[in-house]
Amino acid sequence: MATVRHRPEALELLEAQSKFTKKELQILYRGFKNPCPLSHQECPSGVVNEETFKEIYSQFFPQGDSTTYAHFLFNAFDTDHNGAVSFEDFIKGLSILLRGTVQEKLNWAFNLYDINKDGYITKEEMLDIMKAIYDMMGKCTYPVLKEDAPRQHVETFFQKMDKNKDGVVTIDEFIESCQKDENIMRSMQLFENVI
Amino acid sequence: MAAGVATWLPFARAAAVGWLPLAQQPLPPAPGVKASRGDEVLVVNVSGRRFETWKNTLDRYPDTLLGSSEKEFFYDADSGEYFFDRDPDMFRHVLNFYRTGRLHCPRQECIQAFDEELAFYGLVPELVGDCCLEEYRDRKKENAERLAEDEEAEQAGDGPALPAGSSLRQRLWRAFENPHTSTAALVFYYVTGFFIAVSVIANVVETIPCRGPARRPPREQPCGDRFPLAFFCMDTACVLIFTGEYLLRLFAAPSRCRFLRSVMSLIDVVAILPYYIGLFVPKNEDVSGAFVTLRVFRVFRIFKFSRHSQGLRILGYTLKSCASELGFLLFSLTMAIIIFATVMFYAEKGTNKTNFTSIPAAFWYTIVTMTTLGYGDMVPSTIAGKIFGSICSLSGVLVIALPVPVIVSNFSRIYHQNQRADKRRAQQKVRLARIRLAKSGTTNAFLQYKQNGGLEDSGSGEEQALCVRNRSAFEQQHHHLLHCLEKTTCHEFTDELTFSEALGAVSLGGRTSRSTSVSSQAVGSSSLLSSCCPRRAKRRAIRLANSTASVSRGSMQELDTLAGLRRSPAPQSRSSLNAKPHDSLDLNCDSRDFVAAIISIPTPPANTPDESQPSSPGGGGGASSTLRNSSLGTPCLLPETVKISSLRCPRLPPSLITP
Repeated sequence: MATVRHRPEALELLEAQSKFTKKELQILYRGFKNPCPLSHQECPSGVVNEETFKEIYSQFFPQGDSTTYAHFLFNAFDTDHNGAVSFEDFIKGLSILLRGTVQEKLNWAFNLYDINKDGYITKEEMLDIMKAIYDMMGKCTYPVLKEDAPRQHVETFFQKMDKNKDGVVTIDEFIESCQKDENIMRSMQLFENVI
Repeated sequence: MAAGVATWLPFARAAAVGWLPLAQQPLPPAPGVKASRGDEVLVVNVSGRRFETWKNTLDRYPDTLLGSSEKEFFYDADSGEYFFDRDPDMFRHVLNFYRTGRLHCPRQECIQAFDEELAFYGLVPELVGDCCLEEYRDRKKENAERLAEDEEAEQAGDGPALPAGSSLRQRLWRAFENPHTSTAALVFYYVTGFFIAVSVIANVVETIPCRGPARRPPREQPCGDRFPLAFFCMDTACVLIFTGEYLLRLFAAPSRCRFLRSVMSLIDVVAILPYYIGLFVPKNEDVSGAFVTLRVFRVFRIFKFSRHSQGLRILGYTLKSCASELGFLLFSLTMAIIIFATVMFYAEKGTNKTNFTSIPAAFWYTIVTMTTLGYGDMVPSTIAGKIFGSICSLSGVLVIALPVPVIVSNFSRIYHQNQRADKRRAQQKVRLARIRLAKSGTTNAFLQYKQNGGLEDSGSGEEQALCVRNRSAFEQQHHHLLHCLEKTTCHEFTDELTFSEALGAVSLGGRTSRSTSVSSQAVGSSSLLSSCCPRRAKRRAIRLANSTASVSRGSMQELDTLAGLRRSPAPQSRSSLNAKPHDSLDLNCDSRDFVAAIISIPTPPANTPDESQPSSPGGGGGASSTLRNSSLGTPCLLPETVKISSLRCPRLPPSLITP
């Protein structure tokens, strides 16, 4: 894997495909090419694998265990499921997340939650995601994290999202419910100034 | 924070979009955008050699000189570059650290100079990468040892450097340890050496058979018996000298216990003790046997020479350090000996008048044969015995002769390897400690930020900006990210102390019930159950009370009772944990009602269901949130509204606290 040198598409092509400017793409690529400067293991340059994702995320959330969430995130970014996130995948994902429409963002979020990508979010899938998120909090939280906190959160979520109460959430239900929720709509603009 | 991943912050923040649909509470707004976020190239001029790098590269490590605002002190406005009057060759390594994250140690530079450069640029030596770390440490240790040696030699060299006011003890001790300091010490040193030699020679000569004076029947007796008085006098003189020396050393030693336990003093004691024991033992036949044994210990006087000889000390140290290898050799030899002795014993069992009377008796034969000595005092007579005897002698060559050079070379290899393994373990510990420190540093930074009121709005108050440590943009965004996670899960990050207290509070239950009563009677609902945010309501109540007290000094006694509920310093941190007025909101006086709603018996009924909504688990969650939002009317968070209003309307407290 280390000898495979993956060269990304031309800058103009990427600029056309994504919503970033050339300068932003340059900054992103420089960071991408040097993904784990502090680790003692070799990083194949040009693509990012799951281990790197996990390590990067663990740097941002030192208190908890972010490996599970990083795993789900990796699967969401790795759209062609080849085990590595290339720069194009990365830019595609980031473009949606940072510069996409609300619809696209919600789509992406739905894709993240739908672990087996079958178009339905079941309670088990949601529970996995929720547990992964709560894992990132770590042990030292206030109030003390209870065992069934993720489960309760899932229940709340399903009551809000599952309109026809059939136990699964489809993409339409999801988007509809989210669009009704002002909080969610408002927070969708939160991360736009990131670069 | 390992800021090498600063470049991945956009990704981490973008990925937080995945939490948005799950958040049960509205998320905090993002920190303000800095005007110029573009990347620029900085020019660093080090003694004429220009280095250019991206600003982002240097910003990766904000706790170093180049990564922080400290470099502004070196900024030359005329030329627009940062000028450092330092070694440009060394700077190359420093800059490469920013670029690659690994600090390499230059092979041909002096390690001291490198250290100084690192200290100047704010890099800790632990950042040296693994590829160069071992060499760096070795060279550093070498240097340190050499310096220590030089210092010692210097110290030994300068005799009168001893402070004039030093006591007799200190001077005596120095004289003993460094005989070259004064002539008296030198004389003493040689005299004791001479007497040690005399004593040893006397011990040896004592046993030589002297011929009798006259031609009597050649009754050879040892000289010691012929001239008992002479030898006794010599012995006494030597022992007197040794005793005197020992007592003087004991008197002069700076730490008597340590001196008593040291090897040399033990040798001294063992050397002179037999004489004194011999003085007090009566000369009867029973005990004289034991007494003779004691005289053997006089030979230990020869070890006193090790004070005079550096080489002996090194030899002793070497033996001590390769004790494990020697032990293994001994163990394998013992195994072989036992095996062959058993075989030879059973082979020779049948013979008459055999020497191999028992297996232990056969040990002697085995050892002599395996070491190829072959005294011949014990020989096998049966054929089987001879066969096994020859096998024994052949294998002796293998068992003894082969491992010895292997062990010698192994010894040097294993010795170095052990040292390296210990070094690696120490390095690992250091590295883990560093990682833990970095993690706790991040967490602490975040908690600190929360403590200080976490400001991000530039609009609100310059005075508040002053009391908060200046955080970089990266930190701001990172903290915002952590804050979003907290809001998504309705739990907060705390430190270990608070967490263990919270655990204790949960287990006690008494405290929580009391604080429940405060807010429950206020809110009027008994359904402050174990959903995700009821305690937040309680805490908010307490915190709110605390924060209002900080604004206005009213109702101190109520606050005392509330504070008394949690008798720990944690309330201070927790009280300000959520005091984040980071929305620059223009509050209308309607918000007052909300405050009142939360703490006191609510007058506007519409607000009570608001507050009790989150406490009833999942009771029409969607409806409640919309209800809350609509009744609020302003796009802000309920708790923050409460905070800000409390800070803004100081006349609230009395109504606040009244139950």
